[in-house]
Amino acid sequence: MQLNKVVKALAFAIPVLALAACSSTPDADSDTTGTSDTQASQDRRGVEVGGADRMRTPEEQRQQRYAELRQETTIYFDFDDSGIRSEFAELLSAHADYLVRNPSVSVVIEGHTDERGTPEYNIALGERRAKAVGDYMRNLGVQSSQITTVSYGEEKPIARGSNERAWSQNRRAVLVY
Amino acid sequence: MKRLLAGLLVWMAAFTAFGQGSTLEIVITEGQDRARPLAIVPFQWLGEGEKPYDFAEVIAADLTRSGRFSPVARNQLPATPGKDTEINDYSRWARLGVEALLVGEVSPLSGNRFQVTYELIDPLRGQITGGTAQAMVDGALVNSNEHIIEGRSSVVSPAQFRQYAHRISDVVYEALTGERGAFLTRIAYIYIDWDAENPYHLMVSDYDGYNERVLLRSPEPLMSPTWSPDGNKVAYVSFENGRPEIFIQDIYTTQREKLTSFPGINGSPAWSPDGKKMAMVLSKDGAPDIYVMDIESRQLTKITDHWRIDTEPSWTPDGKSLVFTSERGGRAQVYRVDLDTKRVSRITFEGESNLGGNVTPDGNGIVVVHRANGLFHIARQDFPRGNLQVLTQTSLDESPSIAPNGSMIIYSTTYRDRQVLALVSMDGRFRARLPAREGEVKAPAWSPFL
Repeated sequence: MQLNKVVKALAFAIPVLALAACSSTPDADSDTTGTSDTQASQDRRGVEVGGADRMRTPEEQRQQRYAELRQETTIYFDFDDSGIRSEFAELLSAHADYLVRNPSVSVVIEGHTDERGTPEYNIALGERRAKAVGDYMRNLGVQSSQITTVSYGEEKPIARGSNERAWSQNRRAVLVY
Repeated sequence: MKRLLAGLLVWMAAFTAFGQGSTLEIVITEGQDRARPLAIVPFQWLGEGEKPYDFAEVIAADLTRSGRFSPVARNQLPATPGKDTEINDYSRWARLGVEALLVGEVSPLSGNRFQVTYELIDPLRGQITGGTAQAMVDGALVNSNEHIIEGRSSVVSPAQFRQYAHRISDVVYEALTGERGAFLTRIAYIYIDWDAENPYHLMVSDYDGYNERVLLRSPEPLMSPTWSPDGNKVAYVSFENGRPEIFIQDIYTTQREKLTSFPGINGSPAWSPDGKKMAMVLSKDGAPDIYVMDIESRQLTKITDHWRIDTEPSWTPDGKSLVFTSERGGRAQVYRVDLDTKRVSRITFEGESNLGGNVTPDGNGIVVVHRANGLFHIARQDFPRGNLQVLTQTSLDESPSIAPNGSMIIYSTTYRDRQVLALVSMDGRFRARLPAREGEVKAPAWSPFL
């Protein structure tokens, strides 16, 4: 499943990024002074001035991880179900955190279903999924005014074909900023 | 009050021809063996040169598609008479095993018009009477021609040829079955071409897939087309503004108006039998509930109020109640609500769930999407209670719509990983597929009698 790959890739990438942040690699958002020192050193001949990166606080590490997580905007559901799977809790927390810190930003949550069942029932099921995601975000402090939901039911499949592989990709909610 | 909307994102092309020929083509998959043999004799052309139209071909195709009849192949017909008086030996037709033969003549008139005359003949009766039965009428002996079941004549122009052929099919069908024919009807449906810039198409065609027209093209989903009882308008759901809204469109004038745009779901429109009201699903107050709107005044009445899903309203023929799908009992099942008392009663009990109920025109049955063992099939149940009979063996069946004479159901199914339309007779014996050449076809809606 594509998503599992993404999650696994992130699980691998996050510790690597955290390690990278502790190494000497310059980091645009935390170390602008270090960069200017390096440039200045090139003007003064003979000496080379180096600088260590500041240790990142746990909060900064969390922000970094959340920024990475927010690249992913789709969560998936079980058949005929609108429960948020625990594997998507952190992903939704990352989006909620961003929306809480940026109250002027709003998000549209699209609910989608697989092709099984009638189109009309699936519109209702897709709405229930979108609303489940919206409720989850509200519980994390996001304002109702920042959230709109729309259900497309089975009308906008991302994967075509009548098999579990396609169905599992189509049972989804997508956050659109 | 009525806002006519010129869709900017939406390409509207009422009755512009769509592609070449028809997208839908019927493949009969089961049920031919039980059909009654008929002889549809090619109509005689009495003018010069090529005959202008093959009426018999269209009529034979209609009657085959009804599932009730099996026209004999042309090369097996013993003769090609154009009228009853040209038949000199009824026994040859009786021996063919046909219960009736249709003969006809087409003769040219001035001004590109044509006289079409046809007779439906009972060969067994003709064999007995020799075609010249006599009966006492007012004390005198007259020729009764009682072996001629139907005989009519009409003047038609070339543009009306196909329509008139369907008319003849209706006459033949009604004469032989006692039930009104539904060959002069149309279907509305959604066609999706994933490769097109505007993938979603609202289509209307004759019931047999001919005369296909695009009513609307959109980059965003279109859903749930449904006919007004007079057959002049369709209501449907469009996502062209990024959310579902119900529209009404006149299929002849292309005039379009937005009926609803409430927050949340605006879905599943269904015209009342008198054409004055629209049942629909709205989720503006939370969970999806059933509402009825007076179309003229836009006055809204809430019919169901439940925290779980209520959807797919469909009117009973008397207009006094709705059947709908609800999850109130756990899994989705079909319920009925009385519009005066708002009393709700459950109708379906078999299988894991039942959805999309449609009451038959005679009010004696209900057609549902029946889920059992994880499979979705079309089924018929006595209405309101009784035996449930699964009618189809196709997979992922949905959106059943009943022909106005109650003889046939058109529905959406999946064949080779694509959504296609299929037909099944009300007794489940006759089954046919209407494959699209490309893309997907779904949400069929059979028109009323036109």
